[in-house]
Amino acid sequence: MQLLIEGIFNGISIGAVLLIAALGLAIVFGLMGVINLAHGELMMLGAYTTFVVQNGFRQIGGPLLETYIFFALIAAFFVAALAGLVLERGVIRYLYGRPLETLLATWGVSLILQQFVRSVSWQLVIGLVIFCALFFGALWAISKRSNFYRIRNWAIAILAVLGAKISWEIAAALGRRFGLALTQPWFGAQNVDVTAPSWLRGGVVLMGFQLPYVRLFIIALTLICVVGIYLFLGRSPWGLRIRAVTQNRSMSACLGIPTAKVDALTFALGSGLAGIAGCAISLLGSVGPNTGQNYIVDAFMVVVVGGVGKLVGTLVAALAIGTINYLVGSGTLALISTPIQPLVDFFTFFATTSMAKVMVFALIIAFLQVRPAGIFPQKGRMVDA
Amino acid sequence: MTRRLGRRKFLLYGSATLGTSVLLKACGNTTTTDANVAGSPTATTTSAASGDTIKVGILHSLSGTMAISEKSVVDAEQLAIEEINQAGGVLGKQIQAVVEDGASDWPTFAEKARKLIDQDRVVTIFGCWTSASRKAVLPVFEDKQHMLWYPVQYEGQECSNNIFYTGAAPNQQIEPSVDWLLENKGREFFLVGSDYVFPRTANTIIKAQLEAKGGTVVGEDYLPLGNTEVTPIITKIRQALPNGGVIYNTLNGDSNVAFFKQMQGAGLGPDRYPVMSVSIAEEEVKAIGVEYLKGHYAAWNYFQTVDTPANQKFVEAFKAKYGSNRVTNDPMEAAYIAVYLWKQAVEKAGTADDLEKVRMAAYGLSFDAPEGRVTMNPNHHISKVVRIGEVRDDGLFEIISSTDGAVDPLPWNQFVADTKGFACDWSDRNKGGKFKLDA
Repeated sequence: MQLLIEGIFNGISIGAVLLIAALGLAIVFGLMGVINLAHGELMMLGAYTTFVVQNGFRQIGGPLLETYIFFALIAAFFVAALAGLVLERGVIRYLYGRPLETLLATWGVSLILQQFVRSVSWQLVIGLVIFCALFFGALWAISKRSNFYRIRNWAIAILAVLGAKISWEIAAALGRRFGLALTQPWFGAQNVDVTAPSWLRGGVVLMGFQLPYVRLFIIALTLICVVGIYLFLGRSPWGLRIRAVTQNRSMSACLGIPTAKVDALTFALGSGLAGIAGCAISLLGSVGPNTGQNYIVDAFMVVVVGGVGKLVGTLVAALAIGTINYLVGSGTLALISTPIQPLVDFFTFFATTSMAKVMVFALIIAFLQVRPAGIFPQKGRMVDA
Repeated sequence: MTRRLGRRKFLLYGSATLGTSVLLKACGNTTTTDANVAGSPTATTTSAASGDTIKVGILHSLSGTMAISEKSVVDAEQLAIEEINQAGGVLGKQIQAVVEDGASDWPTFAEKARKLIDQDRVVTIFGCWTSASRKAVLPVFEDKQHMLWYPVQYEGQECSNNIFYTGAAPNQQIEPSVDWLLENKGREFFLVGSDYVFPRTANTIIKAQLEAKGGTVVGEDYLPLGNTEVTPIITKIRQALPNGGVIYNTLNGDSNVAFFKQMQGAGLGPDRYPVMSVSIAEEEVKAIGVEYLKGHYAAWNYFQTVDTPANQKFVEAFKAKYGSNRVTNDPMEAAYIAVYLWKQAVEKAGTADDLEKVRMAAYGLSFDAPEGRVTMNPNHHISKVVRIGEVRDDGLFEIISSTDGAVDPLPWNQFVADTKGFACDWSDRNKGGKFKLDA
C-alpha cells in the first residue's frame, strides 16, 4: 500500500516537472508547428531571472525575502516572454512553414543564449547598446534619403563594420579604465545558486516517507498553468483567434484576424511558460548555462508522445512517462513482481536511473510504432499542414 | 544587362566583405594585446616567438559543458605565469602562454594538443580536466614525446612517461576518505555516481576497499551526466538505509545540484545521511547553495581554508586579479603548483627545450605549495596531504581531519585485483610505467 502511494506521488511529481517544461513547447510546437530548440534556453532565462530576483530580495532582506518566489515567477514569465517575442520578430517569422530552417535557427539561438549568460558583463552590455544605437540610429537616419533602397546593402555593410569597431573600442577602453567593475561577468560560467524560501524547504511526512514541499508547489503551479492555458485557449477572444489560425491560416487572414500578431502572441505565451518552468526547476535542480539542455529532450519526448497540438495528450504523456520512469528506476516494479522470478530479474536489470531511461525510450519507440501520431492524434482536414 | 548588374553586385559585395574582414582583423589584433587586461582568456597570443620568451601551452575547455570547471583552472595557471614573469621569468626569459580551447570535445583536445606542439612549438602544456580528454591527448603526447601537466584528481590506473599528474591519485583522496568514514560515520555505504569512467572506477576501488576492511555496500546507482531527476535514487537510499548511513557521492556537474536539493526536500539530512563528495569544492558549493550542503563532507588535498602562508598569498593574489567574490579550489591549486614545479624543473635542468632533461630534473623536486609541501615522485605523481572538510556557513570548508604528513601517490590501485602489487617508476627505464613489486 505504501509502495503504491509513494509510487503514485513520485510519479506525479516527476510528471509535473516534465509537464511544466513541455507546456510552453506544446503550445509553440503544437499550435504553430515551430520546432523551437531554444525552448530550454528560455527556461534557463527564467531560472536566471529567479536568481536575480532572489538576490534583489536578499539585498532588501526582512520578511519579504520569503515571498520572493512569487515575484520571481511573474518576472520569469515576462522576461522569457519578451525574449520569445524578440526571437519571433527577429528570426522565426521569416521561417514559418520551413521547419528544418527554424530548427537550425533556434538551435543557433540556443547556443548564443548559453554563451551570452556565460560572458555577459557590463562591458559587453555597454558595447552592445552602443553598437545598436550607432547601427540602427544611422540606418534610421539614412532611411530618410530618397535613394535608400539603392544604397541599403552598402550602408548596412559599412555601418555594421564601423559600428562594431567603434563600440568595441569604447567598450575595451572602458574595460581598461574601470577594470573588474565592468569586465567581471554577471553570472560567469559557473552555476549559480537558487535557494528555495524556507517555507518550501523540508516536507510533510506521510506514512513513513516525506513529500517535499517543493514538489507539491510545482504540482500546484503546473495545475494552475494547465488550467490557465485551457481557459485562455478555450474561453478568451485571443484564444479563439489562436485556434482559428492554427486550423486555417489563410482563411483566418481573410476574415480579418491579424495572423502576424497572433503568431507573436502565441510564441510569447509559450516562451513565458518556459520562463515559469525555469523558475520552478531552479528550486529542484541547477541554474547554469546548461540548465535548458537537461530538459529539452524530455520536453520534446512528452509533446511527441502526447500527440502534437493536444494539451490533454501532453498532460497524459507527462504523467505516464514520469510514473514509468519512477517505477522502473526505483526498483518498485521489481519489488512488486516478486513471485515471478524472471520478471524480477528483468526489472532489477533496469532498476538504475540510467537503465530506466533506456527502457522508457524503448517503450516510447514501441508505442510510436503502434500510434505514430501520439496518444491523442490531431484530427481534421488540416492535420498535415 | 542583368549579367552586368550581377557582376557589379558581386564586385560590390566582394569588396565590402574584404573591407570587413580587414577591419575585423585590425580589431582582432588589438584584442590579443588586451587579453590580460580585459580578462578574456579566449584570445590567443600568437606574436612571433623572440629570443627572450618561452612558450607554454594551456589547453582547457573554454566553451561547452566543462567550461564551468576548467575556466577557473586557466585563471589559476595564468596567475602563476604572471607571478613568475613579474619575478623575472624562467632562465631570464618571460613565459608566454598560448591558450587553446578544447571545447569539451575530446577529439578537439587531441587536435589542439597537436597544434600547440607542432605549430606553436610550446615547450610544455598545462591542461585537461576530464579523464576522457586526458585519454584523448595521451597518444599525441606519447607519439611526440612531449609533456603534459594534468591538474585534476582522477581515478588512477594510468602512469604515463609524458604526463605529470599534480592532482590526487585514488590513494590520496578516495581511500583515506573511505577510511575516515568507516572510523567516524558508519559501515554501510550507498554509492551514487555519474555514469562514466571516473565514478565507476572509483566505486570499483571503494567496493574492493570496503570488502577488505569490513564495510558493506548496500546499494549503488548511476545517473546519466546532466540528469537532474533523482527521486528514484532517493527512494532507493531510503529503502536500503532506513536508519541512516553513509552516502558516497561521485556525481559530476549539474546532477549534484539536483541531488542535494532533493535530498533535503525528502528529509535526508546530514545528521543521518552524511554525504562524502569527491567532486565538490568551493566553487561548486557556491553554485549549489550553502543551505543545501551545510554539514556534508568533501575530501581533497587543498581547501581555501588551509592555513599556510603560501595559501594566504595565493588566495589574496587570486582575488586581487579576478575579483573578491571568487574562490580557490583544489584543481586550481594543483594547476598553480604545476606551473611552479615546471619552472623549478626547467631551472634545475638549465634548459626548457630538452624535455628529457626537464623530466629527469623534475623527480624529487619539492615546492612549498598552498596546500603544504609537495614532492614530485618518479612515478610522475606528487606526494600531498589529504584533508577532509565539512561545509560551513560561509560556503568554505572547515578542515576536520588531515593526514599527518604527505601521502605518497600510488597510481596503480592496491585494492583492485588487476593492479595489486604494481608500481611505476620512470627514473629507471627498466621499470617504466608498470612493473611488479617484489615484496
